[in-house]
Amino acid sequence: MAAGGFAEAGADLELVGLQKRFPGFTAIEELNLTIPAGSFFALLGPSGCGKTTTLRLVAGLEEVTAGRILIGGKDVTSTKAYQRPVNTVFQSYALFPHMSIIDNVAFGLRRRKIDDAMGKAHEALRLVELDHLAARKPSQLSGGQQQRVALARAIVNRPALLLLDEPLGALDLKLRRQMQLELKSVQEEVGLTFLHVTHDQEEAMTMADTVAVMNKGRIEQLGAPAVLYELPRTVFVANFLGQSNLFSGQVVAENPDSISVDIDGTRIVVPKARAHRTSGHITVGVRPEKLILAREAPVESADNNILGPGRVIDVSFSGVSTQYLIQIPLVGTIVLFAQNMGTGPIVGEGAEVWVSWHVEHGFGLDDEVETGSRFPADTDTATLALQKRHALMSELGED
Amino acid sequence: MAFSAFATATATEQAPRRASKVALLLLLPGIAYLMLFFLVPLFSLVITSLQAPAEFGDIGEFDNAFRWENYTTVIGQYSAQILRSFLYAVLATIFALLFSYPLAYFIGVRARPYPLLQKLILVMVIAPFFISFLLRTLAWKQILSDESPVVAGLKALSLLAPDAFLTGTPFAVVFGLTYNFIPFMTLPLYASLERLDTRYLEAGSDLYSTPFTTFRTVTIPLSMPGIVSGVLLTFIPAAGDYVNASREFLGGTGTTMIGNVIESNFLISLNYPAAASLSIILMAVILVLVTAYVKRSGTEDLL
Ligand SMILES: Nc1ncnc2c1ncn2[C@@H]1O[C@H](COP(=O)(O)OP(=O)(O)OP(=O)(O)O)[C@@H](O)[C@H]1O
Ligand SMILES: [Mg+2]
Repeated sequence: MAAGGFAEAGADLELVGLQKRFPGFTAIEELNLTIPAGSFFALLGPSGCGKTTTLRLVAGLEEVTAGRILIGGKDVTSTKAYQRPVNTVFQSYALFPHMSIIDNVAFGLRRRKIDDAMGKAHEALRLVELDHLAARKPSQLSGGQQQRVALARAIVNRPALLLLDEPLGALDLKLRRQMQLELKSVQEEVGLTFLHVTHDQEEAMTMADTVAVMNKGRIEQLGAPAVLYELPRTVFVANFLGQSNLFSGQVVAENPDSISVDIDGTRIVVPKARAHRTSGHITVGVRPEKLILAREAPVESADNNILGPGRVIDVSFSGVSTQYLIQIPLVGTIVLFAQNMGTGPIVGEGAEVWVSWHVEHGFGLDDEVETGSRFPADTDTATLALQKRHALMSELGED
Repeated sequence: MAFSAFATATATEQAPRRASKVALLLLLPGIAYLMLFFLVPLFSLVITSLQAPAEFGDIGEFDNAFRWENYTTVIGQYSAQILRSFLYAVLATIFALLFSYPLAYFIGVRARPYPLLQKLILVMVIAPFFISFLLRTLAWKQILSDESPVVAGLKALSLLAPDAFLTGTPFAVVFGLTYNFIPFMTLPLYASLERLDTRYLEAGSDLYSTPFTTFRTVTIPLSMPGIVSGVLLTFIPAAGDYVNASREFLGGTGTTMIGNVIESNFLISLNYPAAASLSIILMAVILVLVTAYVKRSGTEDLL
């Protein structure tokens, strides 16, 4: 603990072979992660993938099953929670119900005997625009206000490492944007290290220096937001960060700087530099906003991938853009976003269209598309009984 | 339109009136009970406490009067027993709290992952109720008596002087009071600790507070309702108790409490006004102490 003072700067966090098993359930398979000091690191992933568990391990509220945690180069794996230079904004807020808002915020400062705890607590409350409610009890605040108090209570301590577990989840869009900016400026001002957990991919991408996408207790991919978006490595990342059109097929030709993939007779070219694998059966993809819609077959060229003709099966207008769902025989359903600039064609449902994109916009993934389990892994009694009956009936029919 | 608005207006107007009639009807037995068995006896107690001895009467015959001296007389005569009662009750309450809090914390918080263990310990706390507390107190008298192995053992270990004894001492009386009221302390404490959200404790440790500071600043305030009701349930009956301190049980000549004085005035010396005024003094002091305590602990909602 940085006794009696604020952290001068952020500390780096290193997780080495971290694993967490609950009785009968492995929440974290194996986590290796280095977060440089002073950076804003976002952990993104679906519900139940182990984000909160990771933060609890770092905060010292949960014991690790295996692996080590280093903060600022110091091994804190066996250090008690109150001795770690870490503060948490809890997903459930956990504001002390018997204390006023101001006492809640000053709690950590008082424990460390920092001068003028009250003044600093008021300042933190002003930051989240709640100073006028300082005398109230947490139960007298709305959910979003409680969340902001939780934020103030953690930030006021200026910890070397701040853990944020969906700290803005209960706020409306405008307030959320505003708090994002405040958070970012506090982080940059003092150079603290933020580990930010969120469901909101937009939030992760706009705020973080580095984003890690987590799935089923593992980190699938980690990198700068733009890199992650442009070059996803796995199907999960391609679909979790934004939307993707994915096609899988055999690599049929390898050129000096590109590969051609055969998708049931259609060729798709992907630059080698943008493909994680360049041979065998691979999955390639393209983002919906990179696609160009055409009512007539586009001119074939080496720079373009063309799919079509297909049929528009759904059109949905969302203000800035329009989303088209296009059914293309042998290829599948494709999602396309068209900016509503008044330039492109306007088509309705049932229209015959072609879809094309610049070769440079495609990407190749490292893993294979899970072709959807052909044999559903349903193991409940009803399904098993049904399968048994079908098998029996076909057997009898053959006889 | 106007008609229907009128109709609903009368309907909503009538609803609460009907509801309050029903409520009154439901409250009636309770109010009657209180009138009959609390207010009437209380009134008669007050009258008795002001009576004067009948001029030509026998012992135990009194006339209605306004003899306020009854109060000053008993205070002068029994001040030692009055003070002793409250001292013993305070000590027993403190010991019961010190014993029960860790126990209730263990059952309500630590044993949460093991519901079976929780229930088992709770049964152990409540089980003694199945035996009359007179019998239990008599059993303690046996255990603490001079010839018991406990006293002999303590003497053998030189923890007790060779000529010392336990029954009839203040120690035995306070011990008996503490023992008898432990379930009344443990159960309300358990009820409030069982609902303690451990996420607040985690938040405390995340905000640099040691387990002890978290206990002092988070756990105790959050379990305050349980502490207050446990303290009241122990202190009030303990202050008026006359079983533990009586000579037939754990007490001696030097441990007489106000309850014993009232008992002997009512049943032996037949001095009803003295007994009645002592009872009223006991009630008044308890009322004042309890009100002050509840005010201080900030749990007025309980009363
Ligand atoms: N104490 C526990 N005992 C057993 N399993 C647990 C425990 N705590 C969490 N889990 C399991 O571990 C997994 C990860 O939980 P965690 O709370 O880390 O999810 P999360 O990524 O934060 O999800 P969300 O986004 O919904 O908050 C979940 O499947 C959860 O059921
Ligand atoms: Mg979570």
